[in-house]
Amino acid sequence: MTLNASIGDVAQNTPPGPDTPAFTIVPLADQGVLVDCGETIDVETNRWIDAAARAVTAAQLSGVTGIVPTYRSLAVEYDSRAMTQAELIATLETLLGGLKVTQRRYRRFHIPVVYGGEFGVDFNDLCRHHALTSEELIALHTAPEYRVFMIGFMPGFAYLGGLNDRLHTSRRETPRTWTPAGSVSIGGQQTAVSSVEAPSGWHLLGRTPLRTFDAGREPPILIEAGDSICFEAIDGDGFHALQAERDWLPRWEWRT
Amino acid sequence: MSETAMTAGASLQVDAPGMMTTLQDGGRQGQGHLGVPPSGALDTMSLALANALVGNAPDTGALEITLLGPTLVMKGGDCAVAVAGDAEVLHNDCRVAPFCSLWLREGDVLTVRRVASGARAYLAVAGGFVAAPFLGSVATLARAGIGGFAGRPLAAGDQLGLATPGGGEASVGRRGEQHLPQREKRAIRVVPGPQAGHFSRAKQARFFSAEWTISTLADRMGYRLTGPALASAGGHNIVSDALLTGSVQVPGDGQPIIAMNDRGTTGGYPKIATVIRADLARLGQMKPGDRLRFEAVDVAHAETLWRGRQEAFQAYLDRLTG
Repeated sequence: MTLNASIGDVAQNTPPGPDTPAFTIVPLADQGVLVDCGETIDVETNRWIDAAARAVTAAQLSGVTGIVPTYRSLAVEYDSRAMTQAELIATLETLLGGLKVTQRRYRRFHIPVVYGGEFGVDFNDLCRHHALTSEELIALHTAPEYRVFMIGFMPGFAYLGGLNDRLHTSRRETPRTWTPAGSVSIGGQQTAVSSVEAPSGWHLLGRTPLRTFDAGREPPILIEAGDSICFEAIDGDGFHALQAERDWLPRWEWRT
Repeated sequence: MSETAMTAGASLQVDAPGMMTTLQDGGRQGQGHLGVPPSGALDTMSLALANALVGNAPDTGALEITLLGPTLVMKGGDCAVAVAGDAEVLHNDCRVAPFCSLWLREGDVLTVRRVASGARAYLAVAGGFVAAPFLGSVATLARAGIGGFAGRPLAAGDQLGLATPGGGEASVGRRGEQHLPQREKRAIRVVPGPQAGHFSRAKQARFFSAEWTISTLADRMGYRLTGPALASAGGHNIVSDALLTGSVQVPGDGQPIIAMNDRGTTGGYPKIATVIRADLARLGQMKPGDRLRFEAVDVAHAETLWRGRQEAFQAYLDRLTG
């Protein structure tokens, strides 16, 4: 075999069209390819990824076994018994090269959060690290309407874009092996709502009583990529009251 | 058919659950966009073989046994069962061979004492277990409480319902080859990327030259490796993108983590390489303390290995069940 360009990030470069950002297609071994728009968190790129995911799904390509759209990339899984990677890449370049992105309506959710204390064990460290008071940190975190850039990592885990620059915080050097469900956390330039207990390398800011994933609910995954979230600070009593309420769901409205 | 063939409610009663025994099948494929990982058997070849021995389709849900196995008692009926893996199996205190379909009568006790080599063995029952599929699969994802029996590993006292009591009589005595992926002693093959460029040439070379040890932090979600630190030149934060089973992430401490079936669907550490499909079952048989090396192959070679292996394995299963 030859390693030639394969050590490093191999890429077929595709020139951008009117709506299409520059993307590269790189192998994920013989399991998939990554259509990658690079190290970026911006709404336009994410809208294109959303459109690309919909286009690949609609095309019903034989041999494609799944897709994972993220902030800035679309992984397309395939089985080489039905289609080679070279064929898949050629098909995707044609399909995605001149893709049109259209506006679509989405839901805005209002999600209550208890910040700090036992609900957010890294809250005080984050205040110190960024030289902010508790009130300032909460104000900075609750101000934006966050776009749900992707659902990933664990069922229903929502990754949000739009975190204030002043709250960007490098992830922990060693991930925690356990964090509670409903954690609201910061990792790098991202903030997120977790859905189930899971390991995490992110800093824990607070917790919501909302379960974004519940296998016994229809639909089990409440929030989708392209929706938006506003956080509202509540106290521990408010948290326990909502947690005790059966079938409680947060308020939301349609937006375009 | 046996007299008890029509008995409703036949089950395997769990007297001891073993170290970590879960119901697994071919996995929950194609749900990554919902953040739902595939789960499913870590060694899909052994799963398929256990199923073939009792006449099931290859991806039927079966018990995945980790190192120390369960003790099960047949209740309310009879059924054919088979274990695939390098396992010590006792049928009513008599040692029996794995890779062989045997008949459990009401009251019979089946114990899988330990897995002698590799990490896992698979126990299939003819017709499969009663379990409600979630998103098309009965695979257990304990972390999210979905699939399997109540979304968790087996516990003492569980009654595992049989979907087809009295099933599989025709398969009894069927014997398979001692098919053990862990016997193949060679490097785990990977395709570099998608973020190999975040690592210096020297770090990439060390990734391939080093011998890595699977740490005690190795479970169905991922295997943490210990060896020389591979700190990434571009830092250890990237904008999160997709993880696949076999993605090799490198967090800030420079110690790689291989994503396994219960992994997250996305991750924010750079991925130096991705394990090829043909080596995933073998990787799934590795356990803490095992050592491994990585070897780079190109995509076309990986595809050839996968297609060749699957065709040969399918042909073997067809001969076995034919």
